[in-house]
Amino acid sequence: MALLEIRNVTRRFGDFTAVDDVSLSIGAAEFFTLLGPSGCGKTTLLRMIAGFDQPDGGQILLDGRDMAGVPPEGRNIHTVFQSYALFPHMTVEQNIAFPLQMAKCPDDQIKPRVREALEDVSLQGKEKRYPNELSGGQKQRVALARALVNRPKLLLLDEPLAALDAKLKERMQLELISLQKEIGVTFVYVTHDQEEALALSHRIAVMNLGRVEQLDQPAQIYSFPKNRFVADFIGECNILECGVATNVDGVATLELDGLGSVQATGANGATPGSRGALALRPEKIAIARDLPPTDCVNRFNGKVHDYLYTGDVTLYIVEVQSGHRLEVMLPNNAVGRSSKFFEPGDAVQVGWRDDAGHYLAD
Amino acid sequence: MSTRAQKWLVSGPPLVYLLVFFAIPTLIMLLASFQYPGEYGGLAPLFGTGDPDELSGLTFESYQRFFGDAIYLGLFFKSFLYATATTLFCLLLAYPLALLITRSPKKYRDLLVLLVILPFWSNFLIRIYAWMIILGPQSLFAKGFNGFVGLFGIGPLPLLFSPIAVLIGLVYVHLPFMVLPLYANLEKHDPALLDAAQDLGASSWRRFWRITFPLSLPGVYAGSALVFIPALGIFAIPDILGGTDGILVGNLIKQQFLDSRDWPFGSVLSMILTLLAILFVGLAAWFARRK
Amino acid sequence: MKRKPWLLWTAGSLVYLFLYLPLVIVVVYSFNDSRLNAEWVGFTLKWYDVLFHDEQMLSAAWNSLVIGLMASVVSTVLGTMAGYAMYRYDLKLLPVLVLTPIAIPEILLGVSLLIFFVMLNISLGMLSIVLAHIAFCVGFVAIVVRSRLSGMDESLVEAARDLGATQWVAFRRVTLPLIMPGIIAGALMAFTLSIDDFVITFFTAGVDSTTLPLQIYSMIKIAVTPEVNAISTLLMLLTLVLIVVATRLAPGVFRGE
Repeated sequence: MALLEIRNVTRRFGDFTAVDDVSLSIGAAEFFTLLGPSGCGKTTLLRMIAGFDQPDGGQILLDGRDMAGVPPEGRNIHTVFQSYALFPHMTVEQNIAFPLQMAKCPDDQIKPRVREALEDVSLQGKEKRYPNELSGGQKQRVALARALVNRPKLLLLDEPLAALDAKLKERMQLELISLQKEIGVTFVYVTHDQEEALALSHRIAVMNLGRVEQLDQPAQIYSFPKNRFVADFIGECNILECGVATNVDGVATLELDGLGSVQATGANGATPGSRGALALRPEKIAIARDLPPTDCVNRFNGKVHDYLYTGDVTLYIVEVQSGHRLEVMLPNNAVGRSSKFFEPGDAVQVGWRDDAGHYLAD
Repeated sequence: MSTRAQKWLVSGPPLVYLLVFFAIPTLIMLLASFQYPGEYGGLAPLFGTGDPDELSGLTFESYQRFFGDAIYLGLFFKSFLYATATTLFCLLLAYPLALLITRSPKKYRDLLVLLVILPFWSNFLIRIYAWMIILGPQSLFAKGFNGFVGLFGIGPLPLLFSPIAVLIGLVYVHLPFMVLPLYANLEKHDPALLDAAQDLGASSWRRFWRITFPLSLPGVYAGSALVFIPALGIFAIPDILGGTDGILVGNLIKQQFLDSRDWPFGSVLSMILTLLAILFVGLAAWFARRK
Repeated sequence: MKRKPWLLWTAGSLVYLFLYLPLVIVVVYSFNDSRLNAEWVGFTLKWYDVLFHDEQMLSAAWNSLVIGLMASVVSTVLGTMAGYAMYRYDLKLLPVLVLTPIAIPEILLGVSLLIFFVMLNISLGMLSIVLAHIAFCVGFVAIVVRSRLSGMDESLVEAARDLGATQWVAFRRVTLPLIMPGIIAGALMAFTLSIDDFVITFFTAGVDSTTLPLQIYSMIKIAVTPEVNAISTLLMLLTLVLIVVATRLAPGVFRGE
């Protein structure tokens, strides 16, 4: 049985439907992420799970028990807030002891458990500090220790890394993964950062306009987006409008608008005569002055229009003969090379394999 | 406990207190303004003088008296002029001060603000009394002043118990009310705006008039309301620093309640003052929102 | 700042001088060995001696102290409730009732309460003064408490609830300690306002309930002696101490709204 069961949950604010008939099922010890742009309803959903807000329709079940009418303090669920919400008038130790005191934990057990929780997040020796004496990363750890100290069934994390700088963020991501593995508590993680979601999660629910657009494992979501929104929101993507010419056992011939005919495998949903789009990641497109003839089934001539150099890779904007533009990514990994391969105006060939793209039916 | 019950539990006691000791007294005063004065001061009973013809003891008499004699409207106008002058002088003095505080190093700002507030929190009467000493005929200041105007063949002029004394007292007492909202506003201005204006070629004078001043208007309105409205109803300052002919509306109200004991007429004056106060608060709020 | 425009500095310093010179004069003359506040004759403490043997002044001081304490205790409780209610709930009437007594000229509250007390046959005295002082002090406390609350991170209360605290426990363990400096500052403010109030007291006081400001008023109306300077100096000292304490507890409390 799933640990957390969300059934047809809806939440409206006036005319605005923040969460629209969402159903999810989250298992024990899972690292689950709600991913979406701001205003997609992910935070509202999180607040309803925590008990700060009530659904207008639907049910939230924890361990099979309906949570309707159960106040936040009555749920075995804790939250790590975006602002950390550490009590400024309490020391680190007192902050972490707070949930234990609320749970009427005997006094003699509080000290060892606080120490243990601090060890879990490697913050020994900071017991007597006040929150304003801690760095951002340390505050983050105290918030985690406080939320985990009495072993909740479920930990909700509301954009917990948003306030950290890039380097620290990366380190905290690794720590979060190992912490979650170690203690085996279910994490429900809210973020708008798709890279973070891909890096951390076992499963991701991509949300938009109050609905779940796609629910799957990170690699599936990245490689096989279900629709244009998901394809566009996760990573960079060329979305090429097309019509379907033929389809034989999932091997389809697509007529790309302004480009011409291409082959695509795995296009099971492509009905001949219908329209759709081909989602094509920039790193799946090959680029060269002359592509070796064996490499790609689908190939076009064009010239470099512009480029974006980002150190490890360069993103080229290639204009093909029809005037359409494609984004093509190339790693700058050639030995001895200090910069990009092509200059604007260079004539190039671009091409991709028949299994490189992913067909999106309209 | 339901949210509703909690809401009433928390807001109920202060609400009831202020209803009883503020709203109801104000309504009673409104009623009193339509009553007859009592034979020995105060109010005549509302019902039952025993005379069956006199069903209710309500009348417009006091309002008629107010609007029938230009002296009273004139007094309101005089109070209005004093309050306006007070507001303008306060603005004139407060602006440089607020600007100075804003442009001081951050660590001194709180101290400088505290220095503005301190006199404001010392006793009101003491502050007026201080000016009695300064403007009194034996003071160094008065002697110096009269010696100076004497050179031009004027004087000696009495400083204390004069309109000048009243105005100085009004400005002195109300100045912090102007400085604080102005400073609160000026402090929020982005200093980059002035740098940008300078970068675009504006002189310091023009930077002030084109950037700082227009942006500070909400603070100016708030401060003006905070000075103007109390100044309109003041009675202690003219009472102490003003001469016999220096009375303002506040003094007339005090007279009606404590000396001539004509409470209905005093209530009429108070109600009109209340209406004016509300009018000016509303006006200031409207101006501030429009910008 | 990069430059210090001399015009602004001169003007600003003159205004500070305008604010402080009168008060300095009051203090200086309280030590002057002359009945007149005119020429400096010599240093003396005799006016303080006179002050401490002035029965009327001492009883007025006692009255002020009692009134100030009672008014500040009650208005702190009511004002804290009002400030919390105004912050937490969307109320229409309460904010109007809390703020108007502060916004309108003081004399209006004074005379309307005078009529009210006389109508209800509440004799004018200590009680009527305390009731009147509470009516205007509540608003000041409420403003301070509410601004303290709105400076508090709302997620702290949510975090407490989330970690297992009931609403009441979350208030007692998190909200109350965090707004306590505001409450104390509000109480000190109410005490200062009550001790200093002249206008409203003037209308609601009875014969045997003279407060310090009323005593000072009658002295300056009749005959000015340096005894007034002496009591003024002491009162200023008291206010100064209270303000410094309050500012330490809640920086920015007296910035107004």
